[in-house]
Amino acid sequence: MAEIGESRLPQPVKKNPQLKTAAPLVPPLRRSRLGLRLAGFAARGEFCLPFCSACEKAVWPPRDACPTCLAELAWQEVGNQGQLIAESVLETSPELYFRGRMPWRIGTVRLACGPSIMAHLHQQVQVGEQVEMGLHLDKAQRAVFMAYKNREGGSVNEDSQLRELTSDPKYRRVLISDARSPAGLALAKALAGAEAREIFAGVAESWRRDAVLDALEALDHVTLVPLDLTDSSSVKELAAEIGGKVDILIHTADQPRPGGLLDGSSLTIAQEMQDRLVTGYMRLASHFGPAMRGRGADGVNSATAFVTILSVYAHANWPSYGTHSACHAAVYSLSQCLRSEMLGSGVRVVNAYTGPLEQDWYESVLPPKLDPQRLARDLIKGLQQGLEDIYIGDVARDVASRFREDAKLLEIELTGGARE
Amino acid sequence: MSTQDQTVGLLDNLALDLASGAVEVVDLTHTLDPDFPVIILPPEFGQCARFRMEEVSRYDARGPAWHWHNFSCGEHTGTHFDAPIHWVSGRDLPHNTVDSLPVQKLVGRVCVIDCEAETAADEDYEMDRAKIEAFEAEHGKIPPQSWVLMRTGWSKRRGADYVNLREDGAHSPGPATEAVRFLVDERDIIGFGTECIGTDSGQAAHADPPYPAHYILHGAGRYGLQCLNGLDRLPPTGAILLAAPLKIKHGTGSPLRVLALVPAAG
Repeated sequence: MAEIGESRLPQPVKKNPQLKTAAPLVPPLRRSRLGLRLAGFAARGEFCLPFCSACEKAVWPPRDACPTCLAELAWQEVGNQGQLIAESVLETSPELYFRGRMPWRIGTVRLACGPSIMAHLHQQVQVGEQVEMGLHLDKAQRAVFMAYKNREGGSVNEDSQLRELTSDPKYRRVLISDARSPAGLALAKALAGAEAREIFAGVAESWRRDAVLDALEALDHVTLVPLDLTDSSSVKELAAEIGGKVDILIHTADQPRPGGLLDGSSLTIAQEMQDRLVTGYMRLASHFGPAMRGRGADGVNSATAFVTILSVYAHANWPSYGTHSACHAAVYSLSQCLRSEMLGSGVRVVNAYTGPLEQDWYESVLPPKLDPQRLARDLIKGLQQGLEDIYIGDVARDVASRFREDAKLLEIELTGGARE
Repeated sequence: MSTQDQTVGLLDNLALDLASGAVEVVDLTHTLDPDFPVIILPPEFGQCARFRMEEVSRYDARGPAWHWHNFSCGEHTGTHFDAPIHWVSGRDLPHNTVDSLPVQKLVGRVCVIDCEAETAADEDYEMDRAKIEAFEAEHGKIPPQSWVLMRTGWSKRRGADYVNLREDGAHSPGPATEAVRFLVDERDIIGFGTECIGTDSGQAAHADPPYPAHYILHGAGRYGLQCLNGLDRLPPTGAILLAAPLKIKHGTGSPLRVLALVPAAG
């Protein structure tokens, strides 16, 4: 029987050069299409189950019809409260991933909304207790349930089983790709509060002094590193130097410029934007990706997330910032490719979507606009929760939900549907 | 002896002097480096592209026996040449682009005016007419169809010190308006060159006319050389400058290798 209590995560230790780095094994990948659908909800942190509106009960496992009244089922968000009614401790397993992580606690939770569901167990929960259930992605980016006492509790992330499901910056070394961007500076400030062990702040063109560079230099927990996303040799050199100790990469580069194809267009600006945003993403992924992929199971500070801050208009073009939207759409597409290439490494490809930020290049855009500090706070929270798609702010959430509801309708609205 | 024989003899002597070291070839060019500063304009304007290089192959699957790169940059990146069409004042002149300008002017005598002491004392130093006249009093009148280079020691600066940007703009030396007029109108120079990012001083946007070196030089069909390196290796007079820009169709300028032929000291 495993000990249940308040054991904290071990502090990361310096690497023993005589020991082989653990291979990034992952839990089983195979799922039914319904199981994959669950991963979509887990990616966004939504607790969704098939629901019978006639019986007003959730159903598990997923079925074609309600087992009680045969009515149609619809996936919807349901309450995540329940009671832990049984537990088991796995002491052995034929699955290679679990063999290296024994003992492993699992249990059955009876949800107030109806069904009983198997879940991973947080060290704090005991049989008979009221618990909260969460739907998470595991290291294979497949959906699993986990039960804990209180998800918002202070020390909830101090759990080795939960850490497998999240990308918590605590103890980890983080690279910010463009620390001069509004999000970059805010993140450089906020990551220390999340107990990141080391923060590398990428800075291009150190010969160009400005107030942001002065502010970055004044942060004593931040190490400035030369990184120019438009210069392949710069990305390659930094990856050679620190690629093996970047546990979380947060790609913050952006270059919002108003204009489309006919109005306010400038090809040189669009080319510059494309090089920085699209090719820059490819440079980062190709030089930092391989080292991160090899370190997906490298102890308590394993490589865990390749994060990109994206405009939510990557989903559907916002013509006022038309070429900018197109660049973000390209990066969004590339991130899907990277997800496939990273699958099986345990490293999550996370996208954080935002609307316009409170910054100079959106000065003519009406509010609501996202404060960079809020962006940094919610992005870090999303990593702590283990999300894959983080929607930050009202605009991002609104556009994303309209996109999911009807992509064509959103396109019509954005391209002038409301015009007189 | 025929005229042709005399010409051959002249160049033979030059070849012998080059081989013996009696004439040295001095490189006045900065290396094209991705991190070399370029001029900074307000962000809403189009910007000068930095120098960039991508590997095409390196004796590998992309090209088994050869190594080569694609590079990209602006016409005004690194050590570079300004043609008259670069500025609005020279837009309608004949032969104002790098592909059409007369190549005879790309090789010529060069006078180097030493302003290092003045620049050390004042980074916004403006070389005036009196400074040029003092140079002529010591070294003789600037011959017509010469290059004139302003030596400031600025090329020894690196990074942020080289751009020397502050909230009120760049601070770097350059020629005064009257000095440029004097060089063009009364000395008939081929062109004017500096060790700074532009032929104009850092604060020249506030001059009358704004950017007087660009405006007056190019308006009169003269050329500019910028980001020159190590002008302290040239004598005040007696050297020959070779400054041939790339032959870019309708080009307004180009990065180039600037060389000087200098009689060896002693």
